[in-house]
Amino acid sequence: MKNESIIQTTHLRKVYTTGTVEPEALQDVSININKVEFVAIMGPSGSGKSTLMHILGALDTPTSGTYILDGEEVSKLSDDELADIRNRKIGFIFQAFNLLPRTSALKNVMLPMVYGGVPKPERIERAKKFLEMVGLGDRIDHTSNQLSGGQMQRVAIARGLAMNPAILLADEPTGNIASSQAAEIMGIFQKLNEEGHTIVMITHELDIAEHANRVILIKDGKIVKDSNGHKQRKV
Amino acid sequence: MEYREIISEAMVNMGVNKLRTSLAALGIIIGIGSVITLVSLGQATQQQVQNQIQSLGANLLTVNPGAQRNGALRGASGGGTTLTLDDANAIKSSPQITTISNVSPELYRRTQVITGSTNTNTQVIGVTSIYPIVHKIILDSGNFISDRDTKAMAKVAVIGPQIVSDLFNGVDPIGQNIRIFGQTFVIIGVTQSKGGTGFGNQDDVIYVPLSTAQKQLFGVDYLSSVALEAKSAEVSVDAQNEVGYLLLARHKLKDPSQADFSIFSQQDILNTASATTGTFTTLLSGIAAISLLVGGIGIMNIMLVTVTERTREIGLRKALGAKKKIIISQFLIEAIILTFIGGVIGIMGGILVSYIYSVVTGSLFILSPASIMLAFAVSGGIGILFGWYPARRASNLQPIEALRYE
Repeated sequence: MKNESIIQTTHLRKVYTTGTVEPEALQDVSININKVEFVAIMGPSGSGKSTLMHILGALDTPTSGTYILDGEEVSKLSDDELADIRNRKIGFIFQAFNLLPRTSALKNVMLPMVYGGVPKPERIERAKKFLEMVGLGDRIDHTSNQLSGGQMQRVAIARGLAMNPAILLADEPTGNIASSQAAEIMGIFQKLNEEGHTIVMITHELDIAEHANRVILIKDGKIVKDSNGHKQRKV
Repeated sequence: MEYREIISEAMVNMGVNKLRTSLAALGIIIGIGSVITLVSLGQATQQQVQNQIQSLGANLLTVNPGAQRNGALRGASGGGTTLTLDDANAIKSSPQITTISNVSPELYRRTQVITGSTNTNTQVIGVTSIYPIVHKIILDSGNFISDRDTKAMAKVAVIGPQIVSDLFNGVDPIGQNIRIFGQTFVIIGVTQSKGGTGFGNQDDVIYVPLSTAQKQLFGVDYLSSVALEAKSAEVSVDAQNEVGYLLLARHKLKDPSQADFSIFSQQDILNTASATTGTFTTLLSGIAAISLLVGGIGIMNIMLVTVTERTREIGLRKALGAKKKIIISQFLIEAIILTFIGGVIGIMGGILVSYIYSVVTGSLFILSPASIMLAFAVSGGIGILFGWYPARRASNLQPIEALRYE
């Protein structure tokens, strides 16, 4: 159970066909991530880590190679099928939070469940539960301009959990928040990981990456280092 | 995802973004409201002019002497001396005339009238007792000139309300004397105000018996005009022909182009006026069309801007699992609700402004359902099209591109 694969990519390639040059954003990336891992993907800007994250998040499709997420082949799906995969299997946490403006925390957390066809009473119940889990049980009616950056990111985490996804995918989750609150967010990630959630996090900050169990380093579209199973995480 | 859910999502979204929603609705409100108001004002004005002309009597025909003489040489209408009381009596009694119900022979002169120390220059009209029936004159007080007055060449006068205010200044004029052209008349009646109609002020006149005017005052035996009342507006053309042939025969003229008189019908004037106000309505429709176009461009702008502004939101919704169809549906429903609410407010606003205008200016209140439908359809169509099109474009973007959109 512990070693069951949840993300498996083989020979992923991504080429952007813009302009005359064809920069190869990803070259031959093969990764295997098991259930209940907490993985940080690191790399300098332009290394291809964002491209990898978009493909892992079913926001983009690879030029070639295969991607199996939770037993489903994702790399060849249509737009609407990808939307369905994103809804059911992936919980997104963005650098810029991306909450709906002027909308309550509760409604924001409910949004993926609206698209997932969860009945309304259950939606409200689940949204409340996840907001309590991230420590915002007393702020469910606050809108994003009434919340701090750390609090907004916690709403986003609750939203990411809403559909009980196979993985939580975080893109620079602490990039826009104060360092004191960044530690809190990492604490929540570690707690969620201990409770059985699989987390994949993109970051370029080493001290943030150190909170993960495993660090994958990407450079020029290739994996250059993978600390698979040989790392003590920072607490 | 059910449609009920999409509708409630759209409603919540519009409620949350009140400023954006109301700005977009405002474009539609102004677009529709201005068209309805302008068309309503135009039609009210047209109807008003027609009603004023109708109030002169739609069945009215007027025979004037002098015009159409010798083809190219046209005499001034009313200036001739060829029309006589015998002509008028012939029209009344001839068995060939079947379409005329009343005949009113008239003689006009402008002259100076005096009461005590005040005087004024006004129109004096020699009339018979039939005059108020033909011209729809109603008496305010006293009596009109009777057949006995005409027969006896009595020196009696009936005055219009303008004369009362010009010469009598609050004193009851009935029984007072008035000097017309050096002779003294007794006032026996005052007419009700008819208001200015643009064809001579019917309030600023003095009526005297025709016989008195012809023989005692001005010493002439001709008439300025004969007013005829046709039995109905439909037969006024027949009446014109019947009277024309009778007068040609009486004046011993063979060729109608030699006629020493002319006949106008009120219908002719009405037609001319309708053509004029029709031009006016065309002008207003043009203005309305331009405001519809400007309003439409306004709606288009605000819809394009708001949807483009929401590209990131569309990206987020797609990332969280919204399918393309659902996003387009949501934006389309928002546009439909917005257009409908804006349209209803615009229609009510347009009606209200037209109504206020009619109350303030005392004019008619007319609504044109066709212009309401057209304004609503055009504004609504533009609102929905430009709500849908950018949403469709945005929903086709990769979610990641849409999320990065600034």
